[in-house]
Amino acid sequence: MKGYIHSVESFGSVDGPGIRYIIFMQGCAMRCQYCHNPDTWFPRKGEQITADDLLAKAERYRGYWGEKGGITVSGGEALLQIDFLTELFQKAHSRNINTCLDTAAQPFTREENWFSKFETLMKYTDTVLLDIKHIDETCHLELTRHSNKNILDCARYLSDIQKPTWIRYVLVPGITDRPNHLHRLAAFLSTLNNIERIEVLPYHTLGVSKYERLHITYPLAGIPVPTPEQVRSAQDILNGQGSDTLK
Amino acid sequence: MKTEWRNFNGTKWQQEVDLRDFIQQNYTTFNGDESFLVGPSQATSTLWKELQELQQQERAKGGVLDMETEIVSSLTAYGPGYINEKTKDLERIVGLQTDKPLKRAFMPYGGIKMAEQACTTYGYKPSEKLHEIFSKYVKTHNDGVFDAYTDEMKRVRHNHILTGLPDTYGRGRIVGDYRRVALYGVDFLIAEKKKDLRQMGDKGMNDEVIRLREEVAMQIHALEGLKEMAAIYGFDISKPADNAREAVQWLYFGYLGAIKTQNGAAMSVGRISTFLDIYFERDFKEGTLNEDDAQELIDHLVMKFRMVKFARIPSYNQLFSGDPVWATLEVGGLGIDGRSMVTKTDFRFLHTLENMGPSPEPNLTVLYSSRLPKTFKRYAAVISVKTSSIQYENDDVMRPVWGDDYSICCCVSATQTGKEMQFFGARANLAKALSYAINGGVDAKTREQCGPTYDRIEGDVLTYEEFMPKFDAMLDWLACIYVKTLNLIHYMHDKYFYEAAEMALIDTHVRRTFATGIAGFSHVVDSISAIKYARKVTIERDETGFAVDYHVEGDFPRYGNDDDRADDIAVWLLKTFSTKIKKYHTYRNSEPTTSILTITSNIVYGKNTANLPDGRRAGTPLAPGANPSYGAEKNGLLASLNSVAKLPYEYALDGISNTQTISPEALGNNDEERALTLVGVMDGYFNQGAHHLNVNVFGVEKLKDAMEHPEKEEYQNFTIRVSGYAVKFIDLTHEQQLDVIMRQAHGRL
Repeated sequence: MKGYIHSVESFGSVDGPGIRYIIFMQGCAMRCQYCHNPDTWFPRKGEQITADDLLAKAERYRGYWGEKGGITVSGGEALLQIDFLTELFQKAHSRNINTCLDTAAQPFTREENWFSKFETLMKYTDTVLLDIKHIDETCHLELTRHSNKNILDCARYLSDIQKPTWIRYVLVPGITDRPNHLHRLAAFLSTLNNIERIEVLPYHTLGVSKYERLHITYPLAGIPVPTPEQVRSAQDILNGQGSDTLK
Repeated sequence: MKTEWRNFNGTKWQQEVDLRDFIQQNYTTFNGDESFLVGPSQATSTLWKELQELQQQERAKGGVLDMETEIVSSLTAYGPGYINEKTKDLERIVGLQTDKPLKRAFMPYGGIKMAEQACTTYGYKPSEKLHEIFSKYVKTHNDGVFDAYTDEMKRVRHNHILTGLPDTYGRGRIVGDYRRVALYGVDFLIAEKKKDLRQMGDKGMNDEVIRLREEVAMQIHALEGLKEMAAIYGFDISKPADNAREAVQWLYFGYLGAIKTQNGAAMSVGRISTFLDIYFERDFKEGTLNEDDAQELIDHLVMKFRMVKFARIPSYNQLFSGDPVWATLEVGGLGIDGRSMVTKTDFRFLHTLENMGPSPEPNLTVLYSSRLPKTFKRYAAVISVKTSSIQYENDDVMRPVWGDDYSICCCVSATQTGKEMQFFGARANLAKALSYAINGGVDAKTREQCGPTYDRIEGDVLTYEEFMPKFDAMLDWLACIYVKTLNLIHYMHDKYFYEAAEMALIDTHVRRTFATGIAGFSHVVDSISAIKYARKVTIERDETGFAVDYHVEGDFPRYGNDDDRADDIAVWLLKTFSTKIKKYHTYRNSEPTTSILTITSNIVYGKNTANLPDGRRAGTPLAPGANPSYGAEKNGLLASLNSVAKLPYEYALDGISNTQTISPEALGNNDEERALTLVGVMDGYFNQGAHHLNVNVFGVEKLKDAMEHPEKEEYQNFTIRVSGYAVKFIDLTHEQQLDVIMRQAHGRL
């Protein structure tokens, strides 16, 4: 079986534990307004490659991984190619390679037979980086054109199976930075018991030129990047250290 | 036993000069972390503040604070000099090149014209008397070289296919074993040299023996001069150093002798940390020294290394920007018995970058092995993240070749301390050779027939089959003329500008290496890859039929992506050129070596290089050293490092320089994470046998801001690593600043 990949990055140090080889899969059904990789949206594009060939490429960097590092599969939305992904991670584990899945969980469902597939995938996944785009359903729909219900359900499931998980949250001024939303998210996260890290990623505009190249209108034109103070304040709230008066 | 050697172990080093034996018998490995380190003393802070003010005045005056015009520099040309007469008692380590801080000496032996031009460039009027002496009565190195140069040599020089040749400046790259002054005292060293002299010439008097006899005699004079020089500062260095302070001072006097008498392109300090630590440890045991004292001595020594200055001419500054002297100093490394040679003093040297802030000099070099103590690797990485001021070289590939007492004699090139010297040979521009191969030896810029008149490529399509034999033949020619030119230069340098003060601290029967270099490496690799792998490369010609540009149809692999197709070409190119160099006789039976290292000269080389098939435009900078070309790296930092790591060090014993800039965000979320990531990167890179890595940790935004606002306080000492050395960013030319900014920083996705 072959997967469709958008690109690879040999050096990732902030996408999972240690130094990691990052594989960007092609295809995503969400249309997040701040997406900086619109070129990964479309499925069945890019390079086709087998799991073995991909791992052979990744293993050229094993010497950098140390005890913690390994591979991270990101996207696009990696779960759209769950069969390939499972084969990849299973083979990675047989080669003793640490695996990390960076996902927004948009395809997650408890329906069969997808759910069984996901359960299998989790057997071979060491860490999940779960992107939560917005805690509020209405806002989430507006921001991504998708519901967040199944995404939050995925978070609960990962907690139930005690899967080590990092939560990632993109802070966009005026869109995802309202204190009451952040507090609601913090409250939700506090019900989970598998969270190793919560990361607030500042929105950036590095992807804008890609929109131009793809002739797509950039939805967030004019929105500023958050200040370091805004990021710190959001981080504090999500870590449960925010001031209650902001609620 | 001499009282100065009390409580030292071992006997071999007492019978004859053997620093390595002394170190191996006496050093104390340190496996702890940096928590023992102390901040700067009051005296350090005071002196450093004064020195920074002087540096600001220097910059305000256009780069030179003061210059000598009347006195020819020598060991004893000046009375004592201090950072500030009023605070001289605070200086724990003393000695300046001239009578005033940052004042540049007059050194005419390399060439009187250059020495004078250096003066006039900065508004100083050189002495008429000295002009007369050095034009009428005394011959210089430069005179000798140009007397003997052949027409062909002048032509390759004029067309810049050979560039940066040490025919107008001191060749440098000779590291005296300055530790010898401390351990033995000068009288012992003189006695040993006299012994050597007595044993020479019995078998017959040929050129070789006569020359060596004269040289050793000059070395003995230099050692006598060194004693006088120290006496000017009130020290008697005829005997060994008795304690740590004396050891540091004696060692520095050895180095001071070198920089008073030579203005070599690189004036390295060498590997001194483990040696000095032995004295610190003995003083600690004797209760005469504490950590504050020890750090203060190191801080003051390093302050002196930060003050080394030479008078340079504009063409030199274009090649080597930012006033570098390559006072290269090593820390770390393992012994051949596997013990770590990291001592507390290795930490102390790195700590100077915290106590006195970032600085390009001394050129601090970590001899790296993944087997070094974790605490030390981590601390070095912490300092890199904080200061971008240090470089790393792979001890695991150098130790088998050079043993465990080698020094770095310039930017990246290893030399056995006290056992070897190097003939520095600048670079051959292989990218130009590629153009010559296509155009039958005619230079694209001057349109002169510079190379041999081989048939040029006549067709419209550039094919691998037609190109390669022509390129191979052109490399044969280039290697030959290159070696011949260097032979001539070094003959004259030995004759007219002999480094007596440095050679006096090296074994009489010295092993010599002959360092050649490659410029334009990545562009040649990618161009050959285009010719080999792209669908079609067509030649664009001007009205005279001269190939002026290339059009590539289809894709081709580029060096820097861990793609063996391109990287194999890189390995081939290095092996081929280095093998060709070895075919020719090298001066004084020296051992030829090769480097892939360009320093900041990549810009000047680029100016003289035409359009290339890899898409590089005429006149734009070449990629520095062994770096992949700008924009070629498509798979991130580690893919790029893997490509460079494939270059076999044994074919480039003079060094393979690689400079990488990583944005802090890409290394981790905080400094601790960043340091640990950096250690992981270096473990992975060096365990593959890679040779060198310059590590910069900053984002492009900071560079842009520093370029636009050089007056900001935070940028006064903002140091970055460029190919082969470190430099204050604001001291680079605007063009070089742009070049640094253009290079892709490995950022967060």
